[in-house]
Amino acid sequence: MPHWLTFTIHRIGQGILVLLAISFISFLVQDNLGDPLREMVGQAVSEAEREQLREDLGFNAPFMTKYGRFLSRAIQGDLGDSYQFKQPALHVILERFPATFDLVIGTTLLVTLLAIPLGCYCAIRPNAFTSRMIMVSSIVGISVPVFLTGIYAIYLFAVLLHWLPSYGRGETMNLLGWETGFLTLDGLRHLVLPCVTLTSIMLPLFIRLVRSEMMEVLQTPFIRMAWAKGLPRRKVWFVHALKNTLLPVVTVGGVQFGSLLAYTVLTETIFQWPGMGFMFLDAINRVDTPLIVAYLMVVGVIFVVTNTLVDLTYRLINPMAEVE
Amino acid sequence: MKKIQPFRLLFQDKGAFLNALLLFLILLAALLAPIIAPHDPYDLATIDIMDSELPPQWLAEGDARFIFGTDDQGRDIFSTILYGLRISLFIGIGAVCVQLLLGVVIGLYAGYFGGRLDAFFMRLADIQLSFSTLMVAIIALAILQATFGAESYENLAVLMLILVIGIAEWPQYARTIRASVLAERKKDYVDAARSLGTPSRKIMFGHILPNTFSPILVISTLQVANAIIAEAALSFLGLGMPVTKPSLGSLIRSGFDYLLSGTWWITAIPAIVLIVVILNINLLGDWLRDVMDPRAVANRADEHAGP
Repeated sequence: MPHWLTFTIHRIGQGILVLLAISFISFLVQDNLGDPLREMVGQAVSEAEREQLREDLGFNAPFMTKYGRFLSRAIQGDLGDSYQFKQPALHVILERFPATFDLVIGTTLLVTLLAIPLGCYCAIRPNAFTSRMIMVSSIVGISVPVFLTGIYAIYLFAVLLHWLPSYGRGETMNLLGWETGFLTLDGLRHLVLPCVTLTSIMLPLFIRLVRSEMMEVLQTPFIRMAWAKGLPRRKVWFVHALKNTLLPVVTVGGVQFGSLLAYTVLTETIFQWPGMGFMFLDAINRVDTPLIVAYLMVVGVIFVVTNTLVDLTYRLINPMAEVE
Repeated sequence: MKKIQPFRLLFQDKGAFLNALLLFLILLAALLAPIIAPHDPYDLATIDIMDSELPPQWLAEGDARFIFGTDDQGRDIFSTILYGLRISLFIGIGAVCVQLLLGVVIGLYAGYFGGRLDAFFMRLADIQLSFSTLMVAIIALAILQATFGAESYENLAVLMLILVIGIAEWPQYARTIRASVLAERKKDYVDAARSLGTPSRKIMFGHILPNTFSPILVISTLQVANAIIAEAALSFLGLGMPVTKPSLGSLIRSGFDYLLSGTWWITAIPAIVLIVVILNINLLGDWLRDVMDPRAVANRADEHAGP
C-alpha cells in the first residue's frame, strides 16, 4: 500500500476516534443537564405518570444503551428539538452557521492579504524602522484582548463617529443557499468592525510567523544558490523564498482555526452577531440542552474535518513528508 | 555551557528592568489591595447609589473622593480595579501552577519513558491544542455553569476558572518539558545516574527537571499572560467571575453596557489596566526568551502567543 494511503486512512481513523470522544462528552452533557421530561410535559403531570413516561421513553435504560441510541440518532442528524425554538436543534445551528462563516471568511481574507506582505517585509528588512514598528505593534496587538478591540471599535466608529453600525448583520443576500452579507452594501458595512476586530488578534500571530519562517528560509543554501546564480531580487524573495515559507504557515493556520472560532464567540457577543457562538451562549443561559449538544457536535465536526484536511494537504504538498 | 543569570542581566537592561519594576508594583498593589484601596467595594454599607456613574476626578463633574470615578452601583473604580486585579492575577497564576504541575509530570514521564505512553499523551496534546484553549474553556465552563446553576456557580467560579484554564493549557508545558527531557536523557550524567542504580523517579525529578528550568521560566511568563487574558475573556462572556466579585474581565463586561450611553470610564479604566499588565508580561517574556536562548528566533513565541 502506498505511503500516503496508509497515512490518509490512519488520519481519518483518528478523526473518527476524536469525533466519537466528542459525541460521548456531548451525550454526558445531554444525560446530566436539565430534565427533558419537564420540557415536554410541564408541571401538570403527577409523579407516577412521570415515572411511567420516563420508563416508556427509555430514560431509565442502561447508560450504554442510551449512548448507543444517542449515537445512532446523531449519525442520522437527529440531535433532538431545541426547547426554545421548538425546532430540530441541528437545523437551528445550521441556520446560524452562515453568519459565523461570513466572519471567518472575512477575517481569513484580511489576515492573508496583510500578513504575507507585512511578514515578508519584516523578514527582508529586519532592521528597517518600519519593520521595527510592525513588530512592536504586533506585540501590542497580541496583548490587547480581542473583546477590548471590539468594544473600542464600537465606541470609536459607531458611538463617536457614527460611521459604521455597531450590531447585527444588516441586509443579507442568498447565494446558492448561503445567506451572506458580502453581496450587499449594508451587509458589508456590518461586516467591517467584527472582521477587523478578529483580524486584530490573528494578524500579529501570522506576521510574526511569516517573518520568522521567511528569515529561516532566506538562510538556507538553496536561496544562497539562487543569489549566486544572479537571479533578480524579486524572484528570489517572492518566488523561491515565499513559496517555502507558506507551507508551515498553512499548517499553523489550520491549528489556529480553532482559536479563530473561539474568538468568533467573543466577537459575536460584542456585536450581537446572530452566529453560532452568540446562540450557544444564549442556549447556555436558557439551559437549552439539545442546542448545547448540537453546538458541541457541529463545532467538533468542523474542527476534526479542518484539521484532517490540513494534515492531509500538508502531507501531499510537502515533498519532505515522505522521509519523516 | 555558560550559566545564564537572568536576574543580573535584568539590572543591565533598562527596558526590561522597567517592565519588571512596573509588574512588581502592580503585583504589590494587588496584594495590598485591602490596605491601599480607599473604599471597600464589597462592603455594601459604604456604597451610596447617589454616587453612581461619577466621572473620573480630573473631569468637570468629578468627585475628589473617587480618582477614577464610580461605576453604575456607586463603587469606587480605583478600589474595584485593585480588588479585580487581585482576583485576575490570582486566577492567572493559579491556572499556570495547575498547568505546570500537569505539564511537568506528563512531560517528564512521556519524555523519559517514551513508547506508548509518550505517543498517547502527545497525540492528546495535539488534539487538544487544535481545539484551542479558549474554545475548550468556553465549552467546559459553559457546561459547568449550566450544571451548577448560576447562583452556586458564583461561589465556585475562582476554583473552576483555575482548573479549567489549567487543564486546557497543559500541553504547552508538557511539550516543552518533553522536548528538554529528550535532549537531556541522552547526556552522560543521566547514564551515570542510571548505572549507579538511581531510581527513575529520582533521575527524572532530581536530575533532569532542574535542567529544564530555563524553558519553563520562559514559557511561564507568556502562559501567565495568556491565562489572565483567558480569564478576562471568559468573565467578559459571563462564564467567569460574577459582578459581585469582579475580576478585571467582569468589570469590563459590566461597564460595556454603559459605554454606548457615553459613560466610558467604567469599562475603559479596567481595560487599560488589563492591557498594561498583559503588555508588560509579554514584553518581559520576549526579553527573557531572547536572553535565555540567543539562537531562538521569534518563532517559538508565536506558538505560545495564545488568546
